[in-house]
Amino acid sequence: MRVTVVTFPGSNCDRDVQRAFSDKLGCHVIKAWHEDSSLAETDAVILPGGFSYGDYLRTGAMAARAQLMPAIKAFAERGGPVLGICNGFQILCEAQLLDGALLRNESLGFICEDVRVSVEADDTLWTRGLKGKEFTLPIAHGDGNYFAEEATLDALEKEGRVVLRYEARNPNGSCRRIAAISNKARNVVGLMPHPERASDELIGGTDGLLFLGGLLRGAAK
Amino acid sequence: MRFRIHVALKNGVHDPQGEAAHRVLKRNGMDAFKDVRIGKFIDVDLDASTAEEAKVLVENASKELFANTVIERYWIEELS
Repeated sequence: MRVTVVTFPGSNCDRDVQRAFSDKLGCHVIKAWHEDSSLAETDAVILPGGFSYGDYLRTGAMAARAQLMPAIKAFAERGGPVLGICNGFQILCEAQLLDGALLRNESLGFICEDVRVSVEADDTLWTRGLKGKEFTLPIAHGDGNYFAEEATLDALEKEGRVVLRYEARNPNGSCRRIAAISNKARNVVGLMPHPERASDELIGGTDGLLFLGGLLRGAAK
Repeated sequence: MRFRIHVALKNGVHDPQGEAAHRVLKRNGMDAFKDVRIGKFIDVDLDASTAEEAKVLVENASKELFANTVIERYWIEELS
């Protein structure tokens, strides 16, 4: 499996994502730079977390217009799996590959803690076979408050595109406790929690590997 | 030609910054304030052959980059 991890100026989870896929899941990792004009042949593209472009203007706004983004959009349009984690989720919303936007946390503070999330949609690559499964995953964000208009939220629910939902407690004020969504074709997914930070028993547990390892489960079918 | 683009969260989109500022005003006895919404503005200077052309360019830039119309609204002011 070949996985492309994109680094923007200000990405800071790219190394963790690379290690999770290479060391823990045995994938071949391709490092892409935001100024590249094309993608090497790959089975998935990951936009990692961080503070791309220092969160200037809006989180993800600059990165969504980076030089590499047209190639990523074309890959997504061909059905290629694209996963955005935290800042990557914000970028995918800004790039209009996903619906809605991530607003400032309701508390206004930066939140860094473990949360429980449950899998609602198991028709994405990452959650296949995991319906109803609960994960403990770390969140670390200032702007994770998922927002979309009521009609969009209703459509997400009706079409089964809410992929993960915060369990029990809403950490950041997200509409309907949404932690992850997908596009209509199910190949583009964004989530606020950090699965790569839960990929080793020494730190954070290994629930994140179940999620990221969906790439391998998908290939086995 | 110079323009100022004002960007603010749409009405109905929760503005926790504005609400926090509102609470501080109230705590300080400024009860007359019924609502506080916080936004930003962006000043641009550009070359265009006509004012009309400039306005179109600023409008496009606002829509494409300066504002995320999922959550924000914007209005453009011409600066002298």
